[in-house]
Amino acid sequence: MRDLSPPPPAPLALLAELTHRCPLACPYCSNPLELTARETELDTSTWARAFGEAAALGVLQLHLSGGEPASRRDLEELVGTARAEGLYVNLITSGIGLTEVRLDALEAAGLDHVQLSLQGIRPEIADRIGGYRGGFERKVAIARSVKARGIPLTLNAVMHRQNIDDLPETIAFAADLGVRRLEIACVQFYGWALKNRAALQPTREQVDSAKQTVARALQSYRGHLAIDFVPPDYYADYPKACMGGWGSTGLNIAPDGTVLPCHAAQTIRHLTFQRVTETPLGEIWANGQAFQAFRGHDWMREPCRSCARRDIDHGGCRCQAMAIAGDPFAADPVCRHSAARTIVDELLAENGATVEAAPFVYRR
Amino acid sequence: MKGIPAFGTLDDPVVRLPRGVRVHQDRVRGVPVLLGPERALMLDQTGNAILSELGDGLHLSVLIGRLAERYNAPFDEIAGDVREFLEELQLQRLVDYADA
Repeated sequence: MRDLSPPPPAPLALLAELTHRCPLACPYCSNPLELTARETELDTSTWARAFGEAAALGVLQLHLSGGEPASRRDLEELVGTARAEGLYVNLITSGIGLTEVRLDALEAAGLDHVQLSLQGIRPEIADRIGGYRGGFERKVAIARSVKARGIPLTLNAVMHRQNIDDLPETIAFAADLGVRRLEIACVQFYGWALKNRAALQPTREQVDSAKQTVARALQSYRGHLAIDFVPPDYYADYPKACMGGWGSTGLNIAPDGTVLPCHAAQTIRHLTFQRVTETPLGEIWANGQAFQAFRGHDWMREPCRSCARRDIDHGGCRCQAMAIAGDPFAADPVCRHSAARTIVDELLAENGATVEAAPFVYRR
Repeated sequence: MKGIPAFGTLDDPVVRLPRGVRVHQDRVRGVPVLLGPERALMLDQTGNAILSELGDGLHLSVLIGRLAERYNAPFDEIAGDVREFLEELQLQRLVDYADA
C-alpha cells in the first residue's frame, strides 16, 4: 500500500558524533558499548557533505560531539564548513585535546558556542569519574580561556549518586566562572551508564535535595545564569518526552555515518539503519525504516494509545522500554501506567537499601 | 555574579544580542529564527521587528521609540510588549543589558 502520510516536519538539530575516541573513560558515557574504530570514521569531505545535506533539510543547530570531537584533527575545518552552510555550530567537549592554538583556529572558523562537560568540581572526584588524571585542571584552564575570548560557554554538569551532593557548589562554580548557561544533567541510563546503574543512581533523598537546590538557584541567579535541570527519570511519575518525539526534531550521525533517530537507537534490534555514505540524509529522515518506526501514534499499544498524555510525552523513551521492559513498543517503564513500573520500583528499592555505591566499570 | 545587570534594575539599559546569538533567515521554513546556545526560536512578526532594530546595541527607550513610530502606536503600549519579550530572552541569556 502506498503511504500517503505527509512528510515529517524538518529536523532542527543534528548531533554529529565525529568519533568515538576519547581520552576520558566516564562510566556513564552515552556512546554504545561497542565503539566504532578510527579506521571506519567518516572522512572530512563526507562530513562536509552531510552538513550541507542537513542544512538543506532544515537543520539549524549542529552539535559536534563524540567521543571527544577534539580527537579529530580536522575539527577546525569541519567547523568552518558547517558555518559556511549557515549552521549554528556547538562544540560538545571535555576540553581535553583543546589548546590555545586550536581555540584560535576554532574561533577563526566561526565556532558559535562551547558546551564543556564537568565531571566534578574538585580534581579528586572529577579525575576519578573521568578516569583521567590531571583532566580537571586542564578543563578549568580551557573554560577560563573560552570565557576570556567571549565565546558563549555552557557547563554541562553530569550528576549522579557520587557527586550530586556537590550541587550547590557546582552551581556556585559555574556562576564564579561567569558562564551563561549551566545544564545540570542527571545521568540517564543507556549504554555505559546502564552498565553502571547501581553505582550512579542517586537516592530519593539526594534527588529531593537537588530539586530544592535548583529551585533556590533559579531565583538567586535569575537573569545571570540560565539553568536547565534534567532530573533522574526513574523517580518521575511520567516519562520524559524523549527527543521531543521519535524522528520529530533531531537526528544523530554515528562516526561511521550510520544515521540514528537517537544515540541509543541501535539497542532496538528490529530497526534497520542507513548510512549517509549510501543514502541522502533527506531520504533517510523522511522514509528510513528506523525513523518511521515510532512516529505518530500508530505504533502505540495500551496504555499509551488511549492516554491523554500521548502527545505530551509520546510514550516516553523507546530505548528505555527496550532496556527495562525488553519491548520497544511498551510504555516507558518509568510511567505510572506502565506494567513494567514495578521493575523500576524494585531497582530503586534495591538502590536505596545499599549504603556503598558499586564500583565503576570504566569505558575503555 | 558580576557585570550583568538584571532586567528591571536599569531605567534605560542598552540592549544587545550577545556573541553567539543571531537572527537567521530560515529558508526551509520561511521564517526568521533566533539562534543561540541550545536554542532555536521561531520569531513572529513582533519578535523579528524588535530584534532586527537592535543592530550593535540600542538604548531601550530608543528601541521602543523607533518601533512606536514604525507601527504608529502609543509609546507606552509598545513599551510593555517590548519589555515582556526582551525579559523572557534575557532570562535565557539570549539578550544582554548594559548600563552604558
